[in-house]
Amino acid sequence: MSATLIVSLSLWVITIVLALVTWRQGRDVLREASRSGVLDFLYLIPRLAIGVIGAGFLAALLPQDVVRSWLGPESGFTGMLLATVAGAVTPGGPVIGFAIGASALKSGASYLAVMTYVTAWALFAFQRLIVWELPVMPTRVVWLRVVASLPLPILTALGVMLLTGRG
Amino acid sequence: MSSETDPSAKKPRNLIDGSTLFVLALVLAGAALVYRRDGWPGVTAILVEDSWLFLDILPKVLAGCLIGAFVAAVLPREFVSRWIGGDSGLTGLVIATAIGAIMPGGPFTIYPLAGALLAVGAGVGPAVAFVTSWTLIGLNRAIIWEAPFLGVDFVTTRMLVSLPLPIVAGLLAHWLARLVPGGPR
Repeated sequence: MSATLIVSLSLWVITIVLALVTWRQGRDVLREASRSGVLDFLYLIPRLAIGVIGAGFLAALLPQDVVRSWLGPESGFTGMLLATVAGAVTPGGPVIGFAIGASALKSGASYLAVMTYVTAWALFAFQRLIVWELPVMPTRVVWLRVVASLPLPILTALGVMLLTGRG
Repeated sequence: MSSETDPSAKKPRNLIDGSTLFVLALVLAGAALVYRRDGWPGVTAILVEDSWLFLDILPKVLAGCLIGAFVAAVLPREFVSRWIGGDSGLTGLVIATAIGAIMPGGPFTIYPLAGALLAVGAGVGPAVAFVTSWTLIGLNRAIIWEAPFLGVDFVTTRMLVSLPLPIVAGLLAHWLARLVPGGPR
C-alpha cells in the first residue's frame, strides 16, 4: 500500500470518527457542520483549480538555473538571505522545492544554503500562501505568521551549524 | 469573549476576490509564455498532468474541510480557549506543535483546521505554532515528499533543528498580535 493511500485512508477515518462524534451531539449539529464543511469545499474548488493547475505553468517558467545559482557554494549571511528569497519565490506544490534543493546539492551548493532554502520554501512559498492559506485563514493571522516566521530560515541554518559543525 | 461565533474570525466570502484574480493573471501569463516557448504540446502536457493532480487532491480537500467543520462543531469554545487560547501560554504552543507534527494530510487539512480552531477560540500564537509545526516537522510530509529527494540524513537533521521553531514562531506571533490591533489574539 502506497504512503499517499495511507494518508488518504487515515484522513477519511478521522473524518468518519469526527462525524460520529458530531452525530452524538444531535442530528442537527451533524447536518449543520456537514453543510458548512461542504460549503468551504465548494468555495475552495475554483481557487484550487486555478492555483494547482496553474502551478505547473509557474514552475515551468521558474528559471531553475538562476534559483540554483543563488544557492551557490558561497555561504555566510548574504548567502542565507539569498536562499531565503529563492525559497519564497519558488512555487508551492508538494515537491518542487525539494527537487530544486536536491539538484542544487548535487551541483555543489552548500548544505546550509539548501537547508535555508527548503525551510524558506516550506514557510513562505508565495503561491501556496495565496491559493491555500489566505482563503481559509483570517488575513491578519496569515501575515502575522509570515512576519513571525521571518527569522526561522536563518535560525535553522545556525542550528544546523551548531549540530553538525558544518559552516 | 462571548460564546457566540466571533464574526471577525470568519472569512468574508466573495466568489471572486483580488488574490484569486492575481493568481489567475500570473497563471495565464505563465501559460502564454510556456506556449511561446514550447507550443501547444507544452501547454497541454502541463494542463493534463496538473488536472490529474487537482482531481487527486479533491477528495482530500473535502475531507480536510469536513474535519475542520466537525472539530469546530464538537469542541466547546471554553475547552479550546483553555488549552490553545490566546492566554494558554507555553502549554498551548506545545500542544499545537504536537498536533501539527502528527496531523496527516497536507495544506488541504492544515489550513481549514487552523481556520476552524481560530473560529472557536484558539489564539493566534497556537494557530501559528500549529501551521509552522506541520510545515517544518510534519512527519507525513517529510517521509513522503522530502526524504526521497534529499535523503534521510538531511531530513532528520533539518527536523531535529526545527523542533523548537514552531514555538519560536508561535511566541513571536503571539506578541505581534498584541501589537497589531484589529482581530483575534
